[in-house]
Amino acid sequence: MAEMAAANESPEVLFWVGCAGSFDDRYKKVTIAFVKILNKAGVKFAVLGTEESCTGDPARRAGNEFTFQMLAMSNIQVLDMYGVKKIVTACPHCFNTLKNEYPELGGNYEVMHHSEYMQQLINEGRVRTEGGLAFKGRKITFHDSCYLGRANNIYEAPRHVLESLDADLVEMKRCRTKGLCCGAGGGQMFKEPEAGKKDINIERIEEALETGADTIAVACPFCMVMMTDGIKNKEKEGSVKIYDLAELIAQGQGL
Amino acid sequence: MAVVQQIAFILILGITAWLVFQRVNVIRKTILLGKDEDRKDQPEKRLAIMMRVAFGQKKMFDRPLIGVLHLAVYVGFILINIEVLEIILDGALGKHRILAPLLGSFYAYLISFFELLAIGVLVSCIIFLIRRIVTKVERLQPGRHREMNGWPQLDGKLILVFEIILMMAILSMNAADSLLQDIGNPHYIQTGVFFFSQALTPVFEGLNENMLLVVERFAWWFHILGIFVFAVYVTYSKHLHIVLAFPNTYFSRLSLKGKMDNMPEITSEVKIMLGLENQVGEAAVPERFGAKDVPDLSWKNLMDAYSCTECGRCTASCPANLTGKKLSPRKIMMDTRDRLEDIGKNMQANKGAFVPDGKNLIGDYILEEEILACTTCNACVQECPVLINPLDIILQLRRYKIMDEARAPGSWNMMFQNLDTNQSPWKFSPGDRFNWVEGLEKKSLD
Repeated sequence: MAEMAAANESPEVLFWVGCAGSFDDRYKKVTIAFVKILNKAGVKFAVLGTEESCTGDPARRAGNEFTFQMLAMSNIQVLDMYGVKKIVTACPHCFNTLKNEYPELGGNYEVMHHSEYMQQLINEGRVRTEGGLAFKGRKITFHDSCYLGRANNIYEAPRHVLESLDADLVEMKRCRTKGLCCGAGGGQMFKEPEAGKKDINIERIEEALETGADTIAVACPFCMVMMTDGIKNKEKEGSVKIYDLAELIAQGQGL
Repeated sequence: MAVVQQIAFILILGITAWLVFQRVNVIRKTILLGKDEDRKDQPEKRLAIMMRVAFGQKKMFDRPLIGVLHLAVYVGFILINIEVLEIILDGALGKHRILAPLLGSFYAYLISFFELLAIGVLVSCIIFLIRRIVTKVERLQPGRHREMNGWPQLDGKLILVFEIILMMAILSMNAADSLLQDIGNPHYIQTGVFFFSQALTPVFEGLNENMLLVVERFAWWFHILGIFVFAVYVTYSKHLHIVLAFPNTYFSRLSLKGKMDNMPEITSEVKIMLGLENQVGEAAVPERFGAKDVPDLSWKNLMDAYSCTECGRCTASCPANLTGKKLSPRKIMMDTRDRLEDIGKNMQANKGAFVPDGKNLIGDYILEEEILACTTCNACVQECPVLINPLDIILQLRRYKIMDEARAPGSWNMMFQNLDTNQSPWKFSPGDRFNWVEGLEKKSLD
């Protein structure tokens, strides 16, 4: 972003990478897949690079409003300094915070989740899922993220994106408004669960496996971690794969 | 005799009204202990939500069969109240079926329609009772959900038994009335046939006129006294939702579920720390961060608590509860109401002023372990048929634990520390944030 600003250029959209997309080895692949999709579609985008900070979601959900507002305020300063108008992110938690919680602190942007953004690119014909892996006949199930679904009523965009792959989309018993959480939201990602009889991600992965799908599509870095741990727990990592939407589209495009 | 009945009726009506008024006052006062929050914006949108969700019962139809049964009880309750109005007028004025002469032949149709509704209520309540006792619907079982132990599960059954008995009283009253009309007792004016209670007349057929009078009067008094007792009982019961569902949906949150309420009292402090604002005079330090007890919550959180009918759809959808954790969104609501009821009793015993009892919502009612287990997934909020928001309470209690008491699990403190120093919840150097781009260059096709 700094380079573009120096060259007096402005991007079509700012890609908010998020902490998982920047640091987590597994999710860095999603970042790369999404960047490839954007490049192939000819989208003029920017990233903040080292000027990006956590949106503050985990702090706020864990009850630490000070840390949240400190992070939010400094992010808003950076975003406003560059005159950012439109943001796309692959993380539903970043998405929710930027979209719904920054306006009250003075940060007003048009914010899209990458599922909505990819759906738009597909609809505009800027992304075509051809020339890569053929998904025809393969079973894919989509795991709804709480912060996309119930939190922001986005249920169809990720499904439309997957439908473009011509795969067989199968639903879990609990889906859309009834979708079961992966267990990582609300700060749970960063602590051990309270005592119980089962871990939430195990409950969810069992439901995903019941569908008989060979691919579980996710749209959130936390869901990715939880579902991946779940599949390892069930020793099914050989036969069932977990991918983010962007990775599947990139595969379909042969990127 | 008629005059005695009339005086007794007016007296009992007055006592009932006074008792209900007292309770409404306590409930109102305890709700108003909560913090101010504006929920009066966009009245048209709010009215539409209330009409759809409370009046139209929309969310009850998420489970169609239960939706239909609940609708039968709801419609029965509302419409049969028109007949109760007639009964109250009769009782107070010493008349009998005061509306009959006014409505002519339509009266019998109207009462027959009410009888049909009464049968609907009767059948639905029997099915509901079977679901509680015989088929043991999981979310209603005290064995599985500790908050249902004791009074709550008894309350649930009592309400149903109450309604069944009241409906039987209406039908018996009408059947005896019909027979007295047939005999030609001058007090029982000819109304035409009551369609459904006719089926009961064989039960009373052998009785002479005096015995029929006793049966009719007994059923009449039993029914109306039952309704009076019910009116007082409801204010102590989970059944209060029959009234509060309406204001509770009207004042529900209009924002997206993902949005958490801001804490403006922190914003200005943060701005000063970041040098965005100059400190003007003494910084206003809030008395407390987050919620420790019910007065720290908003009045709407407290109205939510009184509106909860303990159906447990929230708890049945809660990922933490499903996997055996102590958290139950229903318990959060029930504990909040229990706390309010305790404060209400305290205020009544102390001439309207609350005398501190050394207890707090967090710690004495809700455990830290419960609020820590929440994933903020909003499933409970999504499920509630009357738009209660348990998550809002959980998050405010968390804010108190974390910010005011500074009691966080060690790993959360680590996360906070990472965020403060590295601007990431994990311990990575902020300088490495852009390193992912190397992966792009390596694998890039062109």
